Amino acid sequence: MPADMLAQGIKAGRISADQYEANFADLHAPLDDHEALVAADRCYFCYDAPCVTACPTDIDIPLFIRQIATGTSDAAAKTILSQNIMGGMCARVCPTETLCEEVCVREVAEGKPVLIGQLQRYATDGLMAKGVHPFERAGSTGKRVAVVGAGPAGLACAHRLAMQGHDVVVMDARAKAGGLNEFGIAAYKSTDDFAAREVDWLLQIGGIEIKPGVALGSDVSLAELQDDYDAVFLGMGLGGVNGLGVEGDDKNGIADAVDFIADLRQASDLSSVPVGRDVVVIGGGMTAVDAAVQAKLLGALNVTLVYRRSRVRMNASVYEQDLAASKGVRIITNASPKGVHGNGAVREVEFEYTDDDLKPTGQTVRIAADQVFRAIGQSLVGEGLPTLEGRKIKVSASGATSVKGVWAGGDCASGGDDLTVTAVAEGRDAAMDIHAHLMGGAS
Amino acid sequence: MADLTTDFLGIKSPNPFWLASAPPTDKEYNVRRAFEAGWGGVVWKTLGSEGPPVVNVNGPRYGAIYGADRRLLGLNNIELITDRDLFTNLEEIKRVKADYPDRAVIVSLMVPCEEEAWKAILPLVEDTGADGIELNFGCPHGMSERGMGAAVGQVPEYIEMVTRWCKQYYSKPVIVKLTPNITDVRKPAAAAHRGGADAVSLINTINSITSVNLDTMSPEPSIDGKGTHGGYCGPAVKPIAMSMVSEIARAQDTAGMPISGIGGITTWRDAAEFMALGCGNVQVCTAAMTYGFKIVQEMISGLSQWMDEKGYTDTSEFVGMAVPNTTDWQYLNLNYIAKAKIDEDLCISCGRCYAACEDTSHQAIAMSDDRVFSVIDEECVACNLCVNVCPVENCITMEQMPVGAIDPRTDRVVEPEYANWTTHPNNPSATAAE
Ligand SMILES: Cc1cc2nc3c(=O)[nH]c(=O)nc-3n(C[C@H](O)[C@H](O)[C@H](O)COP(=O)(O)OP(=O)(O)OC[C@H]3O[C@@H](n4cnc5c(N)ncnc54)[C@H](O)[C@@H]3O)c2cc1C
Ligand SMILES: Cc1cc2nc3c(=O)[nH]c(=O)nc-3n(C[C@H](O)[C@H](O)[C@H](O)COP(=O)(O)O)c2cc1C
Ligand code: SF4
Repeated sequence: MPADMLAQGIKAGRISADQYEANFADLHAPLDDHEALVAADRCYFCYDAPCVTACPTDIDIPLFIRQIATGTSDAAAKTILSQNIMGGMCARVCPTETLCEEVCVREVAEGKPVLIGQLQRYATDGLMAKGVHPFERAGSTGKRVAVVGAGPAGLACAHRLAMQGHDVVVMDARAKAGGLNEFGIAAYKSTDDFAAREVDWLLQIGGIEIKPGVALGSDVSLAELQDDYDAVFLGMGLGGVNGLGVEGDDKNGIADAVDFIADLRQASDLSSVPVGRDVVVIGGGMTAVDAAVQAKLLGALNVTLVYRRSRVRMNASVYEQDLAASKGVRIITNASPKGVHGNGAVREVEFEYTDDDLKPTGQTVRIAADQVFRAIGQSLVGEGLPTLEGRKIKVSASGATSVKGVWAGGDCASGGDDLTVTAVAEGRDAAMDIHAHLMGGAS
Repeated sequence: MADLTTDFLGIKSPNPFWLASAPPTDKEYNVRRAFEAGWGGVVWKTLGSEGPPVVNVNGPRYGAIYGADRRLLGLNNIELITDRDLFTNLEEIKRVKADYPDRAVIVSLMVPCEEEAWKAILPLVEDTGADGIELNFGCPHGMSERGMGAAVGQVPEYIEMVTRWCKQYYSKPVIVKLTPNITDVRKPAAAAHRGGADAVSLINTINSITSVNLDTMSPEPSIDGKGTHGGYCGPAVKPIAMSMVSEIARAQDTAGMPISGIGGITTWRDAAEFMALGCGNVQVCTAAMTYGFKIVQEMISGLSQWMDEKGYTDTSEFVGMAVPNTTDWQYLNLNYIAKAKIDEDLCISCGRCYAACEDTSHQAIAMSDDRVFSVIDEECVACNLCVNVCPVENCITMEQMPVGAIDPRTDRVVEPEYANWTTHPNNPSATAAE
């Protein structure tokens, strides 16, 4: 074992350059032409296919797979992108094992689904590599729409609005567009700067102006946007992170998993990203798994993911849990954080075992840690927002909020899972509703 | 995106994809759904004379041949023409045509070989407003026993006679649908031409027995222990259909006569191939019966993508483009010399090429101890068998030898001139070259 891996504390450069490269390579290598044909050949072209129903963006999956099988993968890409402009990213990050591929009749019958996600990537990568943007703008309507947040929801909304001939200004608090595609998705799912390349490709439609570094709340108010634009779409995701609510939560070495991932995603050199020797991640969702796996891949010696309920209640899919286990992450369930110990910097995290109803058992365990990540959920931040439902902005099926002329979608809006693909679907549908309103269709 | 609008005999349709006369076009319900799915036209399921309709068997009418993964490659059927009342069909045709004026609606007909029978039905069809008729001279089972279908299609004189009646008693285009169950398809095509047909369509189904049940010793599909030959269609018949199409496209008597291509068309590419061989449009049956009406979407997107890539703006621009390149064996260039080449990076070392060449061809593939396969140029006659049996696309390719190189098999120099069998020294009846 290299000495660097045994070194205590939060340190960069624990593994060799080759190991960084191997660890952060594409999770699934792209299909080559032959593999794509073999995979496509397995599709039965089902009637009213269950996979389409399972896809939040309703991509016509049997059609695009048949288009690949018949040697027209550019047509396949158009089929995908006409429903989901981020079909490229979704092909990489969608938990297909709980979406389209879960209900594929060949998964149900044989336990081996058609590789829908990888075929989608094959088609969209092919078209994007040619630099082709297959959509054109309709004639200008003269209408202007403000979009807050350049994540999947905001960008999907902006693209669809631009296609309909509206002029769109997208504001984002961050310096770079892309939202969690750029700052959140695991590095091994979005390699070679794909998130940024996809944004550039998407903007080729024209009519979309990105304004980075402009935050709703501090730089501009909702009222101002309503005054200056014909409609407003809110797609600012969940900017806040829930605290652990235990003593010692503020010790050195404790951080938000999303910040750790964002730093990792933005690092130009992974060997500059520091990581602990003994890492503890608290949470049970995709963020927790991603933080744990990437900590391990950065060279952490021991990574433990601790979730307060049982395995079946984890938000991370079984596939994600297995991925974590295969990378060497230890998963402990039914344990709630009780306290953080250490003198200034964290040394140990104490957990109390709980039953499924979170009832404490009195039994505790201490896990050594020099780095701890909170991943117990994100929350909506902002004041003066439209009416909330629970902790999110309340929206209708088409994304309309309680405020006239203001729509919302993606993670910040009620309903739907917090997934890239759901954000895209909601942004797109809101755009169509905005378009209908602007053109005097609906009231 | 390329415009797929097609003009066939003056009949316009938004794309060249028509549904062939068969169950998919047997009733209004189907045809409306087909049009909603995007089909450019339909040839209505064949109508018979007024009176009690034919009856079909009440047991299985289909048999099938499968490829790997149970992909349906060939279908055979013992269905007859429509078993629904003539007037019900005619009313439905009229309604559908009125509601879909931009789609082609052709009425397929099969009535006895008597002038009166045609004289009676044609005005009724004229009244529907349909765009034309197709004469079903092809059905190989049931109807032929009654002196119709293939029984007519196998006698060129009858074809000519009936076609003439139709041209006489009907004002719109007449398409003659040909049976492949005949030795020389050019004869019935020429007869249709003489009779004044506006076009021929082909192929109808091929006589076939798809399987025999070895327990009951009955051919399938089996009706109460007995079976009969049926009509074969689907992907398996495409090569036969294309060859017949090409013969008609090339024949002096029929060259230039419009053709509607039918037989195994399953993808946009199949359609484009038929059209390159001279078909102004295509008809599809089995593919729709296997996958549903929706496959037309792939045909539409595929054909237009291909046309865009090739720079074609109208389907008529490539119709028949492959006809001049379809020739007789004796005119093939015997000075064209190629060798197989195995791409070692793509090779997965299955050894199928070796088995094929070593056991059944020219012993022109070498296999090393560590399963590296390579072509022995001294032995390779470029027969293409290894390419055909290789499971990996483009792993084995045929490489043309450059002019001036020496073919290691014959030790002869590759000549620049085209030279065919008619002038070859081994040909006893060779005409001396200039
Ligand atoms: C670590 C992590 C991993 C994930 N992995 C996956 C995965 O593998 N697969 C998957 O499907 N989903 C995954 N998700 C979920 C997915 O990323 C989100 O559901 C999706 O990004 C939501 O899109 P959005 O556009 O609503 O919000 P975001 O992507 O969060 O984008 C919101 C944007 O709004 C900006 N913003 C915020 N506040 C303001 C403001 N006040 N003014 C202006 N701009 C503002 C932000 O800077 C950001 O750019 C993951 C999430 C996380 C956190
Ligand atoms: C069940 C069935 C019934 C058919 N009935 C007719 C018919 O009534 N009239 C006709 O002209 N052709 C009929 N055909 C032949 C088709 O129209 C078509 O010529 C043939 O199936 C070849 O095309 P395909 O390979 O696309 O199926 C029938 C075919 C099938 C499978
Ligand atoms: S397809 Fe099957 S269910 Fe339908 S009529 Fe035929 S045998 Fe019956």
